[in-house]
Amino acid sequence: MEFKVPTMAELMAAGEEPEILFWVGCAGSYDERAQRITRDICKILHHVGVKYAVLGTEESCTGDPAKRAGNEFLFQMQAITNIEVLNGYNIKKIVTGCPHCFNTIKNEYPGLGGTYDVIHHTQLIQDLINEGKLKAEGGESFKGKKITYHDPCYLGRGNGIYEAPRKALEVLDAQLVEMKRCKSNGLCCGAGGAQMFKEPEKGNKDINIERIDEALETNPQVIASGCPFCMTMLSDGVKLKDKEQEVKVLDIAEITVRANGL
Amino acid sequence: MVAQIIFLLFTIAAIALFTFNFRKIIRNIRLGKSVDRNDQPIKRLMTMLRVAFGQSKMVIRPITAFLHFFVYIGFVIINIEVLEIMIDGIFGTHRIFHGLGGLYNFLIGSFEILAFTVWLACIIFLIRRNVLNIKRFKGVEMTSWPKSDANYILITEILLMTAFLLMNAADLKLQMLGVGHYVSAGAFPMSQYLINLLPSTENALIIIERSAWWFHIIGILAFLNYLPYSKHFHILFAFPNTYFSNLEPKGEFTNMASVTNEVKAMLDPSFVPAETEPGKFGAKDATDLSWVNLMSAYTCTECGRCTSVCPANITGKLLSPRKIMMDTRDRITEIGKNIDKHGEGHEDGKSLLDNYISREEIWACTSCNACVEACPINIDPLQIIMELRRFAVMEESQAPASINAMLGNIENNQAPWKYSPADRFNWADEK
Repeated sequence: MEFKVPTMAELMAAGEEPEILFWVGCAGSYDERAQRITRDICKILHHVGVKYAVLGTEESCTGDPAKRAGNEFLFQMQAITNIEVLNGYNIKKIVTGCPHCFNTIKNEYPGLGGTYDVIHHTQLIQDLINEGKLKAEGGESFKGKKITYHDPCYLGRGNGIYEAPRKALEVLDAQLVEMKRCKSNGLCCGAGGAQMFKEPEKGNKDINIERIDEALETNPQVIASGCPFCMTMLSDGVKLKDKEQEVKVLDIAEITVRANGL
Repeated sequence: MVAQIIFLLFTIAAIALFTFNFRKIIRNIRLGKSVDRNDQPIKRLMTMLRVAFGQSKMVIRPITAFLHFFVYIGFVIINIEVLEIMIDGIFGTHRIFHGLGGLYNFLIGSFEILAFTVWLACIIFLIRRNVLNIKRFKGVEMTSWPKSDANYILITEILLMTAFLLMNAADLKLQMLGVGHYVSAGAFPMSQYLINLLPSTENALIIIERSAWWFHIIGILAFLNYLPYSKHFHILFAFPNTYFSNLEPKGEFTNMASVTNEVKAMLDPSFVPAETEPGKFGAKDATDLSWVNLMSAYTCTECGRCTSVCPANITGKLLSPRKIMMDTRDRITEIGKNIDKHGEGHEDGKSLLDNYISREEIWACTSCNACVEACPINIDPLQIIMELRRFAVMEESQAPASINAMLGNIENNQAPWKYSPADRFNWADEK
C-alpha cells in the first residue's frame, strides 16, 4: 500500500475518532483474492479523504457462518465480544466489504446491544458517485464492455440492495447485461449458509457451475460481484470452464478503483 | 317444506363437521412455540392486502397468475351467490335477491362470466398438471396423495361451475316459458348458449334446475369439508399467513434469547440471567417450531415455486423447500392424531428430523432465501431448516465434520479458517 491504513487503536491513542469504521471481515483479511478487494476499498476511502480506520488484529469473525450453521452459542459469543469492542471505540458508522458481515452487524447485532449505521461498500461507492467524488475516469476504460452483475444473496434478497452495485457499473458507460436469474430472482453462488466451509451434498452439479453457465450465456467480459464468497465461487467456476483469459471476475470496488485510476 | 328441512340439516351438519376439523387444526397450530407477531398492525394489514388480496407475488409467473386470478376472483365473488342459495334453501324462496332488478342482472351476469372463466382455467390447470411435462409438478414429494389432491380440487371446481351454469340455463328456459315461481330475473351471458341442449318439457327442466341447484350447494358444502384434509386450505389461511408473516429483512435470523442469557453469564460472571424455563435449542419435532411455522405448513398449496428456485434442488440435491413444508404439516397432523387417540404427552418415538426430514436435506441449504422470496403467500421454509440445524448442532453436536472444523476455528482463531489472529492485519503490508 502506498499509504498507511489507520487502526482504531492508533486513532484513539492520538485522541481522534474516525468518521467510519471499515469492517474488513475474515475473507477480506486472510483470503488472498479477497485481500485485493480489501486494499481497493481502502484506496477508495483514502482517495476521497474520508476519515476511516480498521480494527486490525482486534477484529474477529462476526459469527455469521456459525449462526447459519446453527451454532447460536458461538455466534452470540462472537457477536457480544465484537459489540464490546465496537462500543468501546464508540463506533457509529460501519462500512463492510462482505454482505455476510454487513447483514449480521446491521440486522442481528442490534438485538444484542450493538446498534450502528451499517452500509455495504457498494452503497458507499454509490454515495460517493452521487456526491461526485468518484467519476469513473482517469483509469482503465470499461466503455462498451459487457459486464454482468451477480447479486449476492445477503445483499440482494437478504437486504433488498440491488441498485447500489448497478449504479457503480452504470457510470462506467459499460454494457450492463442481466442474467436470466437476477435481482430478487438471483441464483445463489453456492457458498452461503456455511456451505463455503463444507463439501456440497451430492447432486448432479455444483451450484457455482450452474451459476457460471448462466453468467457465461451473457458473453460477458467481466462478471461483477460484491461479496468475497461469491468471488471465490465465481472465480472457481470460470477457472473450471477454462475461461480465465476471456472473462474476469471482479468486485465492484476493484472495478471502481481501476476506472478511477487509483 | 321437506326440502327446507333437508337443506337445513345438511347445512348444519356440514358446518358442524367443518368447525370440528377446523378447531383441530387450530389446536395443532397452537402446539407450536409462541412468537410475537402482533406488532406493526398497519404494516401487517398492508402486507396482507398486497400479497393475499392483491396477489402481488403471483404475477412473477404471468400465465399462472392470470389463470389463478380468475379462479381467485371467482371464489371471492361467488360467495354472494352462495348467500342467495342459502337464503333460498332455508326459506324455500327462489332467487330472493331478484328484487334488486338491474343490479341483480349485473351480479348474475358477472357470476356467469366468472363461472365460465373458472371452468376454463381449471381445465387448463388440469392439462398443465397431467399432460404437459412441467417440472414443478413432479419432484419426489409429489407422490400419490398430493398429486390426486390437486386433481380432485380441479375436477370438483369444474363440476360445481358446470352445475351452476346448467342450473341457470334451465332457469332461463323456465323463465321464458313463464312457469310458476320462475320469475324473470338475472342475465345469462354464458348459460344462454346451453338452453338449446336442454329438453323443452316443463317437468324435465324443473328436474334439471333443482338437481343442479342441489348438486351445486351440496358440492360446496362437501368441498368445505374437504379443505381441512387438503392443500386447498390456502384459500382460507393465505390471509392470516401473510398477515403474520415475517416483516424483518430476510437476511436477519432470530437471536435466541435463551442463548443470550447463557452467553452473557459466561462472559460476565456477575451477570444474573432472568429465570427462563428450560427448553431445547432449535427444533427436533414439529412442536418445537413456532405456531407461525405450523400455520404456514397448513397454508402451503404445494405449488412448488419455492423448490423450482432452490439452488440445491436445481442442482439435483435432495433438498426441496416444498417438501419441508409438507413434512411439517404431515408430522404435526400425526402428532394431533396421537393426542386424539392417546391423550396429551404421548410419545410415538418419531420426530420431524430424521423420520420426515433427513440431515442431508437440511445441510444442503445455502440459506439464500430464494424459496422465501418465491412463495406467493410469504411462507418461510428457511426458518424451519435453520431450527432443525440448531437442534443438530447445539443439542446433538452433530454437524458435518468440516462444519465442526470451521466452528472450532472461529472459537480458537476468531476466523472460520485456521489462521493466526496475529496475521489478520497482514493484508495492509502487501503492495
